[in-house]
Amino acid sequence: MGLFRIFNREEKRSKNIAKERLKLVLIHDRAHMSPKFLQMVEGDIIRVIKQYAEIDEEELDIKLTRMKRESDNMPMSALVANIPIVKIRDFER
Amino acid sequence: MGIAIVVTSGKGGVGKTTTAANIGTGLAILGNRVVVVDTDIGLRNLDVVMGLENRIVYDIVDIVEGACRLRQGLIRDKRYEGLFLLPAAQTKDKTALNPEQMFKLINQLKEEFDYVVVDSPAGIEQGFQNSIAGADEAYIVTTPEISAVRDADRVIGLLESKGLDNPKLIVNRIRQDMVERGDMMNVDDIVDILAVDLIGVIPDDEAVVISTNKGEPVITEEEPLSAKAFKNICNRIVGEDVELLDLQYDEGKFSKLIKLLFSR
Repeated sequence: MGLFRIFNREEKRSKNIAKERLKLVLIHDRAHMSPKFLQMVEGDIIRVIKQYAEIDEEELDIKLTRMKRESDNMPMSALVANIPIVKIRDFER
Repeated sequence: MGIAIVVTSGKGGVGKTTTAANIGTGLAILGNRVVVVDTDIGLRNLDVVMGLENRIVYDIVDIVEGACRLRQGLIRDKRYEGLFLLPAAQTKDKTALNPEQMFKLINQLKEEFDYVVVDSPAGIEQGFQNSIAGADEAYIVTTPEISAVRDADRVIGLLESKGLDNPKLIVNRIRQDMVERGDMMNVDDIVDILAVDLIGVIPDDEAVVISTNKGEPVITEEEPLSAKAFKNICNRIVGEDVELLDLQYDEGKFSKLIKLLFSR
């Protein structure tokens, strides 16, 4: 395959386009709650976290995904939140 | 008491019926008593795939309604002893059955057979609900396309909500040449996304079309790669540990030579 590799950059491959599109669609399908619901969850999480830390709200990412539970390998849904923390608040007490 | 396996997919045209016919036939070849059940009322097709369309007298609705006895409604396969078909009704509505009736029927069949293989209709409505009633295990058929994988994901969610917790995946119509040049999702990609266990991979194979034309499931043949893939699934169902097929097996000598020349 060596020779052809040069002409085909990996990320341009249609299977990768398919995978990305599929993952995005599934995030919404699996959250058989509406995007609005996720937004509400996101809003509440931001509100709570903000009491303890300064976070980068622009980069915050919350999604529903399916994964296998580590203990017994059973498939389960998980709410995965990626919350970039800028600074933990100082508490005087 | 036998095991009831429902073959389902959500999306139509991914090979549910072909898979059900081949798994059913394969399990019978291994010496089991098997009945394959077509629950696609109004769009019956398992009979033609099995080559038994000329023998149908009664159908699944007749049995449930008591118009005939269970034994009368079952059609004996023309090749394998121990293999039977329970055909769907062709002229009735899909509301002719409900999940409670199906649950009772499948349990009756489980008393007589080692395996009850249920072919599900496309969709996620009543026909699908009927087909999963009474199932012990679910096999999801998908193809390496966004639409099929998306529907499979939806069906997996529905199955889990009905207590069919560990559905197994069959990836059908893999084209290894396209996978290798990065233009088709590979099996690992799909398994990762769906997060379920894989029970088989079936290559895209002309032999399936040819055997379906003749009304003989491809698994009855020796040579085709797809037949080997279906046999592997059956062996796994009966509890053997079988490795996944090497799909590159069916490459011609010419393409192997090309590959040799261009790889390091």
